[in-house]
Amino acid sequence: MSFDLSLIAVSLPKILQGLGLTLNLLAVSTLFGLILAVGILLMRLSRRAWLVWPAKAYIYFFRGTPLLVQLFVIYHGLPQFGFIRQSVLWPLLREPYWCSVIALSLNTAAYVSEILRGGVLGVDKGLIEAGKALGLSKFQRTSRITAPLAVRLALPAYSNEIVSMLKSTALASTVTLMEMTGVARTIVADTFAPYEIFIAATIIYLVLVWIIQTGFTLVETYANRHVRKT
Amino acid sequence: MADIIVLEKMNKFYGTYHALKDVDLTIAKGEKVVVCGPSGSGKSTMIRCINRLEEHDSGRIVVGGEELTDDEKKIDLVRREVGMVFQSFNLFPHMTVLENLTLAPRLVRKMATGEAEAIAMKYLTRVRIPDQASKYPSQLSGGQQQRVAIARALCMNPEVMLFDEPTSALDPEMISEVLDVMTDLAREGMTMVCVTHEMGFARSVADRIVFMDQGEIVEVSTPAEFFAAPKSERARTFLGQILAH
Repeated sequence: MSFDLSLIAVSLPKILQGLGLTLNLLAVSTLFGLILAVGILLMRLSRRAWLVWPAKAYIYFFRGTPLLVQLFVIYHGLPQFGFIRQSVLWPLLREPYWCSVIALSLNTAAYVSEILRGGVLGVDKGLIEAGKALGLSKFQRTSRITAPLAVRLALPAYSNEIVSMLKSTALASTVTLMEMTGVARTIVADTFAPYEIFIAATIIYLVLVWIIQTGFTLVETYANRHVRKT
Repeated sequence: MADIIVLEKMNKFYGTYHALKDVDLTIAKGEKVVVCGPSGSGKSTMIRCINRLEEHDSGRIVVGGEELTDDEKKIDLVRREVGMVFQSFNLFPHMTVLENLTLAPRLVRKMATGEAEAIAMKYLTRVRIPDQASKYPSQLSGGQQQRVAIARALCMNPEVMLFDEPTSALDPEMISEVLDVMTDLAREGMTMVCVTHEMGFARSVADRIVFMDQGEIVEVSTPAEFFAAPKSERARTFLGQILAH
């Protein structure tokens, strides 16, 4: 087998042409996913069964099925239905970009809501009681005590989820999107050199993950400045 | 003197477990009451019912003229006037000492930040740690944290202070610094209800001692009576156990 180092160097800038779309998918899906996750979290933490039950079902469904299958159902499956093609959502659902964003957002929301729930459950009950004893309202206790502490507790798991999301954006290449993996697959089809091309893609993904990890480490250090260093 | 806390035939259940049985207790303004008894006797549960951290199942609780019911507004009104100090301090770890002290005055009393900070510094001085204002709770010793917690409650200018075993989580050498602050507070005329095992504090500060066992108030007497000649056999046994060493 021949191995062509120069091919890696040549393909790197080509694959980087997909970087914009990769980061776009990551940022947009992460944002939508987070907003959705907070909604699901509030339902999941509610005392009303009719709110809890749908949230649990949602989380079970999206964590219990492969993201690739979810993407295929949205991209290939939904257009089978005439009413979908007639609906106001059709302009979105016929676009592979929006299908990818929808699948990634719906999927990550299930995980993120559970990550945040872990944070909320980790907040010391005594602190909530202290807030009550001081006369703080439920909203004040949530916004000043529970939320800031829950977010701090959830940060490490959340950074994990962002890294996972970065890698999940590669699945968008299966619905024709030319993000980094999509570009890499096209080059492989032209050059028949999968090793060099995918190694080049690997390098870029690793650099991105390193940036994400370092960013979160900085955020965690700042957020936990109140914790005594031992 | 006006009665500031009235408990009438109060009962509390945890499932089928009868945690408080027909508790009757009236506390006058300015009075200092120490609640003692073996663990599991319902002391903490009773004191936590006074600011509705626990809900009672029957009977009446009236605090400062307001009866505690499901009415959230009244609960908030009562909580504003009732300060509480916990065994585990419960300072907000992500806020500095000063932020811990000013949070409720700003949000609940709608006080301006400057005014709230001035009051906070006054109370920090009274608990003898004004120099720690900008630190985070984790940078303080247990005794200092508990004094901050006392100052935090005082910043709301409460009518009553509840203490739920305030020294039980402290290392022995830090207990007296907290008890000193509590003794000062008692001398200044604060109405206090303290669940504690510190019998020296009870003897010197309490107007009355409430002895509880198995969810009941077994006896209420002055410290002099209680320590010299407890009326009930259960109190005698309890005192024998905690004063044995």
